Amino acid sequence: MKSSVIIFPGSNCDRDMDVALKKFGFKNKMVWHNDNVIPKSDLVVLPGGFSYGDYLRCGSIAAKSNIINSVVEFANKGGLVIGICNGFQILIETGLVTGALLRNKYLKFICKNIFVKANKTHNKYFNKIKKDILELHIAHNDGNYFCSEDDLKSMQDNDQIAVRYCDSNGEISENSNPNGSIQNIAGVFNEKKNILGMMPHPERVIDNCLSSNDGSYFFENLLSNMK
Amino acid sequence: MIEVNEKIAIDHGLKKDEYKKICELLKRNPNLTELGIFSAMWNEHCSYKSSKKHLKKLNTKGKKVIQGPGENAGVIDIGDDDAIVFKIESHNHPSFIEPYQGAATGVGGILRDVFTMGARPIANLNSIHFGSTSNKKTKSLLRGVVQGIGGYGNCIGVPTIAGQTSFDESYNGNILVNAMTLGLVKKDKIFYSKAAGLNKPVIYVGSKTGRDGIHGASMASAKFDDKIEEKKPTVQVGDPFTEKLLLEACLELMRDDSIIAIQDMGAAGLTSSSVEMASKGKLGIELHLDKVPCREENMSPYEIMLSESQERMLIVLENGKEKKAKEIFDKWNLDFSIIGKTTNSKNIELYFDKNKVANIPINLLSEEAPEYDRKWKKSKLPQKIKFTKKDFKNLKITDVLKKILASPNVCSKEWIWEQYDHTVMGDTIQKPGGDAGVVRVHGSGKAIAATVDSSASYCYAHPLSGGKQIVCETWRNLICVGAEPIAITNCLNFGNPEKPENMGEFVECVEGLNEASKYLDFPVVSGNVSFYNETKDKGIKPTPTIGGVGLIKNYKDMITMDLKETGNIILVVGKTEGHLDQSIFAKEVLNEKKGPPPEINLFNEKNNGETILKLIKDNLISSAHDVSLGGIITGIAKMCIKGKKGMNFYKYKGLLDKFEFFYSEDQGRYIIEVKKENVDKVKKILHKNSNHYDLIGEVIEDNILINDEPTLSVDKLAELNKNWLNKYMVN
Repeated sequence: MKSSVIIFPGSNCDRDMDVALKKFGFKNKMVWHNDNVIPKSDLVVLPGGFSYGDYLRCGSIAAKSNIINSVVEFANKGGLVIGICNGFQILIETGLVTGALLRNKYLKFICKNIFVKANKTHNKYFNKIKKDILELHIAHNDGNYFCSEDDLKSMQDNDQIAVRYCDSNGEISENSNPNGSIQNIAGVFNEKKNILGMMPHPERVIDNCLSSNDGSYFFENLLSNMK
Repeated sequence: MIEVNEKIAIDHGLKKDEYKKICELLKRNPNLTELGIFSAMWNEHCSYKSSKKHLKKLNTKGKKVIQGPGENAGVIDIGDDDAIVFKIESHNHPSFIEPYQGAATGVGGILRDVFTMGARPIANLNSIHFGSTSNKKTKSLLRGVVQGIGGYGNCIGVPTIAGQTSFDESYNGNILVNAMTLGLVKKDKIFYSKAAGLNKPVIYVGSKTGRDGIHGASMASAKFDDKIEEKKPTVQVGDPFTEKLLLEACLELMRDDSIIAIQDMGAAGLTSSSVEMASKGKLGIELHLDKVPCREENMSPYEIMLSESQERMLIVLENGKEKKAKEIFDKWNLDFSIIGKTTNSKNIELYFDKNKVANIPINLLSEEAPEYDRKWKKSKLPQKIKFTKKDFKNLKITDVLKKILASPNVCSKEWIWEQYDHTVMGDTIQKPGGDAGVVRVHGSGKAIAATVDSSASYCYAHPLSGGKQIVCETWRNLICVGAEPIAITNCLNFGNPEKPENMGEFVECVEGLNEASKYLDFPVVSGNVSFYNETKDKGIKPTPTIGGVGLIKNYKDMITMDLKETGNIILVVGKTEGHLDQSIFAKEVLNEKKGPPPEINLFNEKNNGETILKLIKDNLISSAHDVSLGGIITGIAKMCIKGKKGMNFYKYKGLLDKFEFFYSEDQGRYIIEVKKENVDKVKKILHKNSNHYDLIGEVIEDNILINDEPTLSVDKLAELNKNWLNKYMVN
């Protein structure tokens, strides 16, 4: 399977994503934000970081870069697109997924392991995943997901809530919500569920010597669902 | 232009006789631009005029040292053609005036020092010191500094893997912010700051120059008074986004051999970077200041030369490489300007609108800079305090432990390091909160451990012992994770060198650290001195900070301090003598602040450390932690908290009082967890190497049990330990 990781000025998880994709068998290419065309890909990833220094609003300037037009085109044709952390913020700014990411509830940057419960229905990302309570890692200032009640309802009705913060037993409660996100939402799909935006970083937890190995389940499962 | 006189020179921080010397050396009066340049190069921060004499004695050589002090950072060999570039630096004065920007630009500056040498930064550390927790400024300073460090490091995408935070009233009016960075480079791709060759283009890259930070280096060399708020405009403003672009652009340009020399514009900006490159190459340099990209209008040559705007680099390029270099900086949207060339004049010659505005022989700014042999006072070893049973009457070991775990200097610093991205780059295998942070060498089986330490109370009580102690503690912290200690960097934070007491503290701390560094073959490869840490004539406690770096050849051999398995046996290696003077217990519980710090026995230190390292390599230890603040029991409580395990202490049968046994801070000791089946093997090795050891207990579930004392729940201790700082910062 072929993947592309877009590099924006200020991206800083681009290499980590490249390493992870290759580790699990993707043929990955790095794509510069100023290019106009994405190479032939089965998956496009917008990595984490601080594109354009988070100036103006996280993700807003990157959402206007040259490459984005072809990312949107690719997504509209049903191509798989993942945005992690700042990548999620960029997806929101392009309008590819619904909602907004506000400043964390306690106004602090948070870097730690968290648990999420994955939605396994009708999507290539988590369907058939061997573990649906995953220990992943977050590192962000602005990950407090918010959307209107109408949007929330329509996303719920359409199974678009992708991952929710929970505790190690899968219990979803205020205590397991690190940043104040509405309904503990850590990630969402678009309507067709070919686009996934999420705050947690699976690419940082792909080895037993790192703070968790649960990112491996995510990548292995995605690859096997794509085949 | 204003006519320069003695008064203006004094306003620039120069002394009367220094100004006289400038006029004599130039054989004329300097103009204002030239005076500005002299004041920047001759101040303490850039010239090391009070410290040079003593720093020359430092142990800076070793088999693994590729580059010692004198460059942007030190470099060590870690095998397979890989090298680690590292350095620590202070940003104390700016951080007190404007904590967020002061701390942020401290991180930015040290990152540039490392990637200037061609290395990709792979880890950040910091050592931060604040006033007493009851001081009304402490909370906002702490919050600002932590956000500043995080704001910069998180954005640029370098993990902050370890650090140290302390509180002491001596920092009430002068906090300390020391930042350290490690970078990875191939041995044959290291870049230096020595210019070479004539008529080579001198290139300015990075951010534009503004009026921020003018005379920052002079501020760093002055003491504070009531008017510090007025100095706010001299604090630089950081932009980590631009730094990230600068980092990538520089590393891209460094892939081939276009660069002859490169130097970041740090303290004293364009002045210091151009003078240093020319001075090292024994060349002259000609700069056309109207070509410097400026972000403000009508900037004068004086302002351009002294601005400390951040995220800028000066490069001496090979002829003919200008076009290619410009393309790279254009790609990253950074300014690129050819502003001058190297010459054979041995002078720095500055032009502005075709007029010559300064002309100074470079040696006057470097070699001829003043060097002082300051008066210093030797410290006496304080008399030992005689503690008796009466002092411990009415105390319980368990109550004291609770108090210490929830004290500002021992409590968990999670509130701080959770705000630092410590996992970006995907190689962090030991996060903050342990003895040392550890990152894998990307794509290899090796890992690098790093730690940063200081013990101001020990140094204050007796600088010579204190200096030795920190180097030893750094060494122990590296060993505790299974790393072979290689080299150190030092950040020497002291009071006013013109006062013999403060100067004495400096001289003897340096002597102590040098002695330990020599004995342990743990050389100093880089560092920085920060004097004048005083407010209204009150100096800080002497606070040399040591950053240590070690190598783990196979990262799978790394160990952590959390207790691993019920039934395992706990040993303390190294002798417990019962030294309570200067301990947390004496200070926090008995309210006794006098007495000497614990003695350092370098032979035992080395011997114990080497044995522990061997035991770790032989896979005989499940966890290890050094005994430091709060003695054996505090160390064990932390291992219990991290491992979510308990501990059953055997009844203590030694000659010491049990408070002395549990709370003394004797040096050179390690707590190790050993599987039952390995205990005999471990004992045999300890015997053979003449290491003193005590078997003190066994790992159990949930609780800490001490003879005759109430049961302590580890969960409750963890809460106490974690909540103190959370509550302090929220309330």
